[in-house]
Amino acid sequence: MKRFTGFSFSRWWSIVIKEFLQLKRDRITFAMIVAIPVLQLVLFGYVINTDPKNMPTAIISNDSSVMTRTIISAMEQSGYFKFVANLPNEEAGKAALSRGKVLFVVNIPTNFTKRVIRGEYPSILVEADATDPTATAMALAAVMQLPSSVVTRDLTGSLAFLAGKSAPFEVRVHRLYNPEAINQYNIVPGLMGVILTMMMVLMTGLAITRERERGTMENLLAMPVRPLEIMTGKIVPYIAIGLIQATIILLVALLLFRLPFFGNILLLYFVVLLFVAANLTVGIMLSSIAGNQLQAMQLTMFYFLPNILISGFMFPFLGMPKWAQYIGSILPLTYFNRLVRGIFLKGSSFSDLWPNIWPMMVFTAIVMTIAVKFYKKTLD
Amino acid sequence: MSDDLAINVINLNKFFGPKHVVKDVSLQVKKGEIYGFLGPNGSGKTTTIRMMCGLLTPDSGSGTCLGYDILKESAEIKRHVGYMTQKFSYWDDLTIRENLDFVARMYSMLGRSQIINETLETLGLSDRANQLTGSLSGGWKQRLALAASMLHKPDLLLLDEPTAGVDPSARRDFWEELHRLAAKGISVLVSTHYMDEAERCHKVAYIAYGKLLAQGAADEVIASQGLSTFILKGTNLSKAMERIESAPGVQQTVLFGTMMHVSGLDKDLLRQSLQAAASEYGLEVEEADTGLEDIFIHLMKQADSN
Ligand SMILES: Nc1ncnc2c1ncn2[C@@H]1O[C@H](COP(=O)(O)OP(=O)(O)OP(=O)(O)O)[C@@H](O)[C@H]1O
Ligand SMILES: [Mg+2]
Repeated sequence: MKRFTGFSFSRWWSIVIKEFLQLKRDRITFAMIVAIPVLQLVLFGYVINTDPKNMPTAIISNDSSVMTRTIISAMEQSGYFKFVANLPNEEAGKAALSRGKVLFVVNIPTNFTKRVIRGEYPSILVEADATDPTATAMALAAVMQLPSSVVTRDLTGSLAFLAGKSAPFEVRVHRLYNPEAINQYNIVPGLMGVILTMMMVLMTGLAITRERERGTMENLLAMPVRPLEIMTGKIVPYIAIGLIQATIILLVALLLFRLPFFGNILLLYFVVLLFVAANLTVGIMLSSIAGNQLQAMQLTMFYFLPNILISGFMFPFLGMPKWAQYIGSILPLTYFNRLVRGIFLKGSSFSDLWPNIWPMMVFTAIVMTIAVKFYKKTLD
Repeated sequence: MSDDLAINVINLNKFFGPKHVVKDVSLQVKKGEIYGFLGPNGSGKTTTIRMMCGLLTPDSGSGTCLGYDILKESAEIKRHVGYMTQKFSYWDDLTIRENLDFVARMYSMLGRSQIINETLETLGLSDRANQLTGSLSGGWKQRLALAASMLHKPDLLLLDEPTAGVDPSARRDFWEELHRLAAKGISVLVSTHYMDEAERCHKVAYIAYGKLLAQGAADEVIASQGLSTFILKGTNLSKAMERIESAPGVQQTVLFGTMMHVSGLDKDLLRQSLQAAASEYGLEVEEADTGLEDIFIHLMKQADSN
């Protein structure tokens, strides 16, 4: 007997056409597609603010002494910095910043202690990833206080003679990627991911429950169409919508917020495409799990919250507690935030970004599998 | 032997929660046969049909449709069966043509646009092809759904109340079409509440409270119940009603304006009682053939009292 298993392009295409036609006639959804991104960008773009702690910091030190140890521990006590790496040289520091492994690199020059004692007034260089200026601003303010607080409180032993005098060294801060510390430079690219997450999950979240509630599901189920054909077919029109929305957000970012754009536009669209696909599969999965439209909406909200809070959109990812980071590193938005900021502000290349690209693809494949598993092939 | 059966299901059972909705239903439909499926509202017709085409999983029982196992080969069944749902289930926000086009693509049909044009022509919807389906009247929606479920030329049609709300002349056309299809070897299981439609089927099955109470050709079903029927005529019928209903031997009465069908199992007793009542109220009595409707009402009453 002939078995009937393969994916049929004809059936899949019939679903795609149907979804496009239905979407075309749904005026309210169409209005939402344009209005929501613009509104949210303007609202969030001006409002959001943060004050994170324990941000990962690397140190380049060729001078180990009581003095330098005192400085380092003073920085740690400020609560803003957490030393996670010892790097050999400046290149390594630059690379760590560019990959987003650390937010700060503290560079203590050779013979620093000697030069302090000789009264040469040396300087410590702090390089900061200022992509997210609110994240780094408070930390940098604390670091500027360092010389005077170290001299007033912490010098003992052979350095005691310096105590109480004016600061014997300085801290120089070097902001990378967003030197003027403009908040919107960070928020606006981040918003691209948040808005796309919300719209994509919401729109497909209703895709299957809607068929159920209108009674058209019975008809669909009686036809020989396979779950994978339905699910991927229903996603396609929304991929187009995702790309349109990304374009709107990009235009608002460049024209209204005057964001700089250092990266490759094609690379940006490539990662948007992957990200949109990831979120659409989430929506389809929630839709095939939910019993009705209300449940689908609730599940959408449930998915949406961690995305806002622990994806690195609101608070810097590396400043969050470990457990939150673990959960956060499941979410595609976490990777997308890094990708978009990287492309916009750092001009990162594909190979820089790859570590944040593949997790989204794995996520999509897994979620699609779950969605197909949960899809009910009968009316039971 | 089972090769000439389009539907062959055995002891199907279905529960919804604690409710036992279909009870040990076995049904055989031969190829080229039009099989009527009757029963009161909520008796389990739709549920049974859904189990046959793989939309519901039976809790127990087995069977085949067109030789494919209803439990394991529902994908094959779906390709060769045309199922028309009781509730209209095409897309209101697609046009008539778009709905038909969707179906045609779904079954990977060749020569799509020509087939669709012909269908629209036959339906008489050619000039409204680009109208949104949601704007059609109920009866027209029904006719469209019917045409759509036959579009891919299925070998078996499962039609759940296809003519509900359809006008008499369209219904006649529809039944002529069904007989044409049956002559070509296509099998049809059709649920209906109309007696005239039941009489046009090769065979009928009657289900109440989830149980099949009778099945077979209409005359067999009638004969199997051993019911006798008399017709009373006259102007005082409504006054005599109470008296007749409580008379010995009378099982059921059905009033049709100026005449009344009275049925009972004991023919002689029934005749005596009716003649007595007739002379009292000045009515005419004559013996009549028991119809399917009398039988179904009888079956339902019996099921009710159990
Ligand atoms: N999805 C469901 N969940 C719970 N109960 C159901 C479900 N579908 C049907 N039922 C119940 O099963 C019984 C049989 O319903 P079914 O729709 O099969 O009847 P029917 O014979 O088609 O009636 P009608 O002539 O009104 O169409 C009814 O009591 C109904 O309430
Ligand atoms: Mg029904």
